[in-house]
Amino acid sequence: MIDHEAVIGLEVHVQLATRSKIFCGCSTRFGAPPNTQICTVCTGQPGALPVLNRQVIEHAVRMALACGCTIRHRSRFARKNYFYPDLPKGYQISQYERPLAEGGQLEVWLPTGERSRVGITRIHVEEDAGKSIHGAEGGQSRVDLNRAGVPLIEIVSEPDLRHPVQAAHYMRTLRGMVRALGVSDGNMEQGSLRCDANVSLRPVGTTRLGVKTEVKNINSFRFVQHALEYEIARQSDVLRAGGVVRQETRLWDAAAGVTRSMRSKEQAEDYRYFPDPDLPQVVLDPAWVERLRHTLPELPDARRHRYVEQLGLPPDDAAALTREHELADYFEATVAAGAAPRRASSWILTELLARVSDARDVARARVTAERLAGLLQLWDDGRISSALAKQIWPLMWDSAEDAQTIARREHLFQDSDGEVIEAQIRRVIEDNPQQVAQYREGKQKVFGFFVGQVMRATSGKANPQLVNQLLRKLLD
Amino acid sequence: MTDLGASDLAGRIRAREVTAQAVTRAHLDRIAALDSTLNSFITVDAEGALASARQVDQRLERGEPVGPLCGVPVALKDNLVTAGIETTAGSRVLRGWRPPYDGTVVARLRAADAVLLGKLNMDEFAMGSSCESSAHGPCRNPWDTGRVPGGSSGGAAAAVAAGLCAAALGTDTGGSIRQPASFCGVVGLKPTYGRVSRMGVIAFASSLDQVGPLARTVRDCALLLEVIGGPDVKDSTCLPAPLQPGSLQQACQRRELKRLRVGIPREYLDQGGLEPSVERAVREAIATLAELGAEVRDVSLPHTRYAIAAYYLIATAEASSNLARYDGVRFGPTLPGARGNLDQMYSASRGEFGAEVKRRIMLGTFALCAGYHDAYYGRAQRVRALIQRDFQRVFDGGCDVIACPTSPCSAFRLGQRLDDPLQMYLADIFTISCNLAGLPGLALPCGLCDEGLPVGLQLLGPPLSEATLLGAGAAYEHATAWHTLRPPLDPVTS
Repeated sequence: MIDHEAVIGLEVHVQLATRSKIFCGCSTRFGAPPNTQICTVCTGQPGALPVLNRQVIEHAVRMALACGCTIRHRSRFARKNYFYPDLPKGYQISQYERPLAEGGQLEVWLPTGERSRVGITRIHVEEDAGKSIHGAEGGQSRVDLNRAGVPLIEIVSEPDLRHPVQAAHYMRTLRGMVRALGVSDGNMEQGSLRCDANVSLRPVGTTRLGVKTEVKNINSFRFVQHALEYEIARQSDVLRAGGVVRQETRLWDAAAGVTRSMRSKEQAEDYRYFPDPDLPQVVLDPAWVERLRHTLPELPDARRHRYVEQLGLPPDDAAALTREHELADYFEATVAAGAAPRRASSWILTELLARVSDARDVARARVTAERLAGLLQLWDDGRISSALAKQIWPLMWDSAEDAQTIARREHLFQDSDGEVIEAQIRRVIEDNPQQVAQYREGKQKVFGFFVGQVMRATSGKANPQLVNQLLRKLLD
Repeated sequence: MTDLGASDLAGRIRAREVTAQAVTRAHLDRIAALDSTLNSFITVDAEGALASARQVDQRLERGEPVGPLCGVPVALKDNLVTAGIETTAGSRVLRGWRPPYDGTVVARLRAADAVLLGKLNMDEFAMGSSCESSAHGPCRNPWDTGRVPGGSSGGAAAAVAAGLCAAALGTDTGGSIRQPASFCGVVGLKPTYGRVSRMGVIAFASSLDQVGPLARTVRDCALLLEVIGGPDVKDSTCLPAPLQPGSLQQACQRRELKRLRVGIPREYLDQGGLEPSVERAVREAIATLAELGAEVRDVSLPHTRYAIAAYYLIATAEASSNLARYDGVRFGPTLPGARGNLDQMYSASRGEFGAEVKRRIMLGTFALCAGYHDAYYGRAQRVRALIQRDFQRVFDGGCDVIACPTSPCSAFRLGQRLDDPLQMYLADIFTISCNLAGLPGLALPCGLCDEGLPVGLQLLGPPLSEATLLGAGAAYEHATAWHTLRPPLDPVTS
């Protein structure tokens, strides 16, 4: 039996974070009542003309530069013609023959530590359509045009992806980038990132591409993975049964967890692209593009590398910290305030994330990075133990006081007074002659018993290292 | 009063020799008397017009400043969007549509204190050369009501010629201002592409459409263009070339044409199908230009013969996309047949288009189809570039303007060409290249044909040469009397 491998390419639509729409002044705010953010332009009134929002081009160019694309200094808008009630003009203004950017690549990290390069074919700018709401009263369909004219970029990848998990991580990578750049809010639940996937199978070891299907309507990382897993299994079944995959467009049905045929190649739309005569060429000043290139922030990928190579973090931690730039910013602020990087990283990824529902919220967290650094420094200095740190941590969230103040008030400093501890140890030794005898007979396990007794006697405040050291001295 | 031009009327109203209201009433009366025959208006906004006129009079009474078109009755082709006034572009598809906004040219006319009389008849979506494809019935030529006024701005040319308005705005995609101006014996100017904002112009072919004035004198066209032209942030294809107030009217002071180099394209005058009496009138007009001092020379525009084919591919391709929005979702009444599923709604709504519009949508859709795109649309664009180069060579070679006929024929009979669209298209031969190249073109009366119908001379120039064209036209007009001829309409009180 022949083994097949999947060949996957993604077309990801990213909604750009602009105040107004791409070709008119209407607001792009999400969640407004239907048809309250519309005007003559975005509803396609006869005679209305598009005027390009400059911010859209700036955002798109920044993302394209971040992906290492070549920027076209003269690009064009084109009309993509098709009929649908939520497409007011009967065409979508997009880019076709001369997109804004071409030929970049990204590095995708998997949780396994594997890294792979994914080529970017092109990035182009376009407007969103409106939203059809089916099944309203009386079996009617309704149209909300608030979203019509919201700016999008479409990022088309090369067919470089092989696994559904990798595809999901590729999408996560894109999301991290657009958020770090500030060109999109990357809000999955509001549809800020949507994806269509092209997938085909071919026998392992061959290079010719198989017949592909295009799976549409995927709007989360989880669904990218599920939809691709489903589609790959479906194609694989077809091939194993000796059949052929039909070239077609399929729709991902998230509720049912299946892809369904939408239209075949023969029924494919002919979009009749042509340059939009209402919009002149987009001409970019190369010097302006260079200025944008030089003002790009450090991207998640570069941060990951730096965390591993310069700060010595495990790759997993580095990847987790850089998934949301707010988290990475928090981490760096904690380190800058004096915390040790590895300790800061593990604390943030466990204790801090346990306290916030969304990693993006850490920027506004009650316990600031400086306060966390204060806590970790007490630990580093041996003034508190990890156990004490975990006792102080919730109090910091309740009181908005720093770790030192809380530790002092609650008497949670570790006891490092050798004489006091030694006195406690002597008492424990006196009270437990049987265990002492066992230990001296060579039962090392009993050592832990003594540590526990001493810690209990000091209400957990004794410096554990000191306890260890003194116990050995007095027992041996 | 209805015989006076826009400049004269504005002067007299400003001098308070006559009130704007009296002028408006005189025009409304004349519309009432004549337009049941001519059918040049689709909508007459008598109330709105009188209210504007009253405001102008009140402002003058109070000594407040007024605009350059104070009280001048102007009418608008029905593809120019007017807030609250039904705008149909001559189509059943848009009946009942009251736009929520004014187009830029309409707003500028209002700001200049023009009195807007109403909306003028036209070929449906400006697709036609005879005004017969209008959903509101054909408009008639005031010189002979058995004949067409030309198109697509037929209503505008007929209304100006008949004295129903002092001036009008039309649109010109392939000759739609100049050809009807020629058929009705008035002056029509198609400005440089981008000279006038298209915001608020119902698109036919966006890369070719341009708004322009029709009036009874060259100077009046200059006055109107000064008001409506110039940059507009709402139209990205509008040129960043400001128009100084008075500059074009100043150019119309010209009385001689010394050192003006006039090129006569041999491909135009040697064109088969040119009516002999049209040719004679145009040759006489060229001789007059020479008498005024112009240096007349023979020039060549070698790609002329491909112009019509290229035009009908590009214009229809763009139209097929521009007209896609008339899908029954937002405009026009809900049709009985549209109450089923989506396909039924589309076919019912789009079935409302007239035959000519359907023909052009089909043609344009075909020209853009995968597999044919490059052979048709792509090749047409390459021809367009060659035609632009032809003109550039002539102008770079030392020509200031090109002179030629506006149309190969004079006004034809109603219905005469309806069954032969190709013949209708071929009659656009002299006007179309100008749109493909984005140049300004001026049509002005230069004689009468054997049947006593007006013939038009056309002057073309390089981009933004409106002042030169208007100057040459004004000098010609001063030297001749053709523009003073009026159609032999039934005597009515005016």
